[in-house]
Amino acid sequence: MISLSLTPTASWYLILAAVLFAIGTFGVLVRRNPLVMFMCIELMLNAVNLSFVTLARELNDINGQTIVFFVMVVAAAEVVVGLGIIVSIMRNRAALTVDDLAELKG
Amino acid sequence: MQFFVFVCAALMILLGAVGVIVRKHPVHAALSLVLTLFGVAVSFVSQEAHFLAAVQVIVYAGAIVVLFLFVIMLLGVDRVENLRTEPLTAQRPLAIITCLGLVGVLVAAIVNGNGVLNERGEGINLPDLQNGPDANTVQLAESIFSRYVVAFEVTSVLLVIAVVGTVLLTRKRQVKTSVK
Repeated sequence: MISLSLTPTASWYLILAAVLFAIGTFGVLVRRNPLVMFMCIELMLNAVNLSFVTLARELNDINGQTIVFFVMVVAAAEVVVGLGIIVSIMRNRAALTVDDLAELKG
Repeated sequence: MQFFVFVCAALMILLGAVGVIVRKHPVHAALSLVLTLFGVAVSFVSQEAHFLAAVQVIVYAGAIVVLFLFVIMLLGVDRVENLRTEPLTAQRPLAIITCLGLVGVLVAAIVNGNGVLNERGEGINLPDLQNGPDANTVQLAESIFSRYVVAFEVTSVLLVIAVVGTVLLTRKRQVKTSVK
């Protein structure tokens, strides 16, 4: 009975994904290194992927896993373009944080 | 056993995620990200998504993190960031409140919505003697290449656009001006 009640249900995985998403949000809000901010966005994407896979098993539907496949492809494309933008911005200046890019405003 | 796997995966995910946001060194943050991605892959396996677990390890923990490390080394930004300084006053307390509220809202929604959704799919094939060892991969491939084949083809266009756009973005402009 105890071992049966300790079997992880879908809600456990969904709550884990929610906590992971919140940690990613906190990182994006607080960290100032653009690369680390990108990593936190990856954390948020992974939290959503975990939710998709959990609900695919819960609802017995393979389409949730198909969506995760496409999310991974879009995440890869997003990382490539984002890192390209960061490289092109930071090549000519020794800026370490996103605050140093405030000269764009005006 | 499932409980043990869940606890291990959750510890990997949460320790890695906390490591990403508290480590000062960007390289350490990237390596913590690998721990989180492996934890997500473990939880994919425990939820019968075997193909996605393999893709997670190969694409995320392999390609994307290597790309991050490559850019860190290329830019030479592998310096320690001072996390003591707060650029905006009260930014961190507000961020903590925001994220705790986000967790609260999401957990309340998950607990309240528990059992609301009904099973509606045709089922996920589990690898057994009848379906063979690659049941999940076969079923996922049938889904992608039949129902979502247009989206799959558009994905290839997206990847080509991303590659060409990145090459254009990072190309040095001096070459063009020196020719003129």
